[in-house]
Amino acid sequence: MGTLIAWVLVRDRFRGQSIVNAIIDLPFALPTIVAGLTLLALYGPNGPFGIDVAFSRTAVAMALLFVTLPFVIRTVQPVLLELDREMEEAAASLGAGPFQIFRRVVFPNLFPAVLSGVALAFARAIGEFGSVVLITGNLPFKTEVASVYIFGRIESGDPASAAAVSVLLLVVSFIALLAIGGLRRRVTRHDRAQ
Amino acid sequence: MIEARSVTKQFGTFVALDDVSVEVPAGSLTALLGPSGSGKSTLLRIIAGLEQPDAGRVLIDGHDITSRPPQKRGVGFVFQHYAAFKHMTVWKNVAFGLEIRRRPRSEIKDRVTQLLELVQLGGLADRYPAQLSGGQRQRMALARALAVEPNVLLLDEPFGALDARVRKELRAWLRRLHDEVHVTTIFVTHDQEEAMDLADQIVVMSHGRIEQTGGARELYDNPANEFVMTFVGEVNQMGRSFVRPHDVEFGEGDEALVERVVHLGFEVRVELRLANGEELWAQVTREEAERLELVEGARVRVRPRHAKVFG
Amino acid sequence: MLSRYGLRFAALSYLTLLLVLPVAMVFRRAFENGVGAAWDAVTTPEAKHAFLITIVIALIAVPANTIFGIACAIAIVRHRFPGKGVVNAIVDLPLALSPIVVGLSFLLLFGTGGWFAGVPFEVLFALPAMVLATIFVSLPFVVREVVPVLREIGTEQEQAASTLGASSWQTFRRVTLPAIRWAVAYGVVLTTARALGEFGAVSVVSGRIVGKTDTLTLHVEERFQSFDYVGAYAASVVLALLAIATLVAMSVFKPKEGR
Repeated sequence: MGTLIAWVLVRDRFRGQSIVNAIIDLPFALPTIVAGLTLLALYGPNGPFGIDVAFSRTAVAMALLFVTLPFVIRTVQPVLLELDREMEEAAASLGAGPFQIFRRVVFPNLFPAVLSGVALAFARAIGEFGSVVLITGNLPFKTEVASVYIFGRIESGDPASAAAVSVLLLVVSFIALLAIGGLRRRVTRHDRAQ
Repeated sequence: MIEARSVTKQFGTFVALDDVSVEVPAGSLTALLGPSGSGKSTLLRIIAGLEQPDAGRVLIDGHDITSRPPQKRGVGFVFQHYAAFKHMTVWKNVAFGLEIRRRPRSEIKDRVTQLLELVQLGGLADRYPAQLSGGQRQRMALARALAVEPNVLLLDEPFGALDARVRKELRAWLRRLHDEVHVTTIFVTHDQEEAMDLADQIVVMSHGRIEQTGGARELYDNPANEFVMTFVGEVNQMGRSFVRPHDVEFGEGDEALVERVVHLGFEVRVELRLANGEELWAQVTREEAERLELVEGARVRVRPRHAKVFG
Repeated sequence: MLSRYGLRFAALSYLTLLLVLPVAMVFRRAFENGVGAAWDAVTTPEAKHAFLITIVIALIAVPANTIFGIACAIAIVRHRFPGKGVVNAIVDLPLALSPIVVGLSFLLLFGTGGWFAGVPFEVLFALPAMVLATIFVSLPFVVREVVPVLREIGTEQEQAASTLGASSWQTFRRVTLPAIRWAVAYGVVLTTARALGEFGAVSVVSGRIVGKTDTLTLHVEERFQSFDYVGAYAASVVLALLAIATLVAMSVFKPKEGR
């Protein structure tokens, strides 16, 4: 979805586009707890649509989708902006249809940026706390996420377990960090080679 | 007088300057001429204090300033890409050095106005550098450097980023400016025509060493080695001799075939091939070309009027 | 051009369902019982105190990170020193760490048996810990915004200033700082947003003592857990308004693409 939204923002023209562009950053500007609350308001009990996904894994997914929304969009947008249209025009003149052009010309150039965004989103998602803590009910073995588990262990006065799980989370974060750094360098590699 | 004594500078394993010594007379316009990598920019920056030499000293009027930072050397520096303060107007740019020295307002006002007139940017004081052309930006940079009355003006390939016509205009303009202002000036260039046009003294450099120092005429007529001869002015190689194109005489000598005759306005360039396969070209006037009936395919005899052989 | 509208529709509806509607609901729920009730909920002593704490933390964290950010960016771009890669990684660290883990780390550092346990004044479960945690999580933004700009403008202007007689400080103040000011502004906006919205890390280190160590975000959770939904939503509205203000500021200061 991130790639799609980035595409629409860069390649399309419609009124209110700049507002949409600004809204993308909402999950970043909004405190996580409020984010969780807003999702609960809409898609939980007493929500206007009659949908109730609170206390389910769908809720976790939703919350994470919310907070990670900006990441892929923001990494893909600048690349898309800089992309040389002439490459696509050349492909068209050589007989490629729009889907082929996207698959063979556009996407390979976007891929590093997409990966970079995914890495950032992943790093954010596995550590997410504020938005999930309210909406998911934190049912152990069902909807409890790692961060909430750690929090529970701390509250129960069991810092050892908390620390253990944290280390695991840290290792995963560290790997994500390395991936982000490596990807970022790779994304700019063919720019620097010029 | 500016002096560099036995200056050596290395960047990693690359030797930029190797025991270089130069004397620049006061009030002169000196060019540091050489190809990329010859060390000329490095030498200029060491004189300015923007780099520190590994060995050697820099002296201004006999004072050893090697350990002084650029702020305290009284040098004016003009960069190839202008280094304009993008967020300041032309006025503020030129006034910068004076404001740093906390000169009184009125003095700054007078001096900046005077300088802007001198560099012919009078009406553009409130513009930003982005709104100026390349040539205008460079004139602003010059005014800025001159504002603080430096002992020496240093220019690092000042016209390199400009196109050919603007370059020629600014060249003439710089010469006029120097005649008016008389500040010791050193400029770096790889363009030998520019050096010969502007400078009283040319220092030819290559691979971190000075090949020869002298006036334009001297370098052209009496080059010290092969490098200077080929770098300053056009040259042909006949065997082991080096011959200037206008020193190729027609009439007697080796056999040659005229391959191409190019008419460049008043001059005519005649491309020749000798019997032994060597190629060379001669520079003659239109009249000579007509008189000698130089056309493609003609067989002629040529020999050098003067030639140089280096040991 | 069917695909164009198709794409547009897909994008906009996704955004609406995920972002716009939920936030609109917050406003609706807050004012469910009328504006008066919402106002009362937001002006209770606890709420006001929480708001104050949030502001105080931000007022300390943001300037600290701004100054540190500028200094750090200059060191990274303009100077060579051993361990630069490590510094770079540390600056990026807060972005990859879960806020809970951050909170836990502080607990372990300053709690009994921790390395800094012997500090003479109250750190944990009090303002200092909250400030420190907030500083940590909002650390990277100014640095990351300033570094590319510093790289791009290059050193020539600064060199020119030094040949014109400016000292290092004068050069910094008159040449470097004005050149990076928009990047700094944008970084400050991001830092502030992060500082105001921090929840997880502060939650762990503050002890959530109502009326004493609650921030506005913690207050929202507390009200929710106490079944005071109007209170929770009303406080959320305040935060949402701050978020919208942040979005506006971000649009204004956003670095222009494709110069």
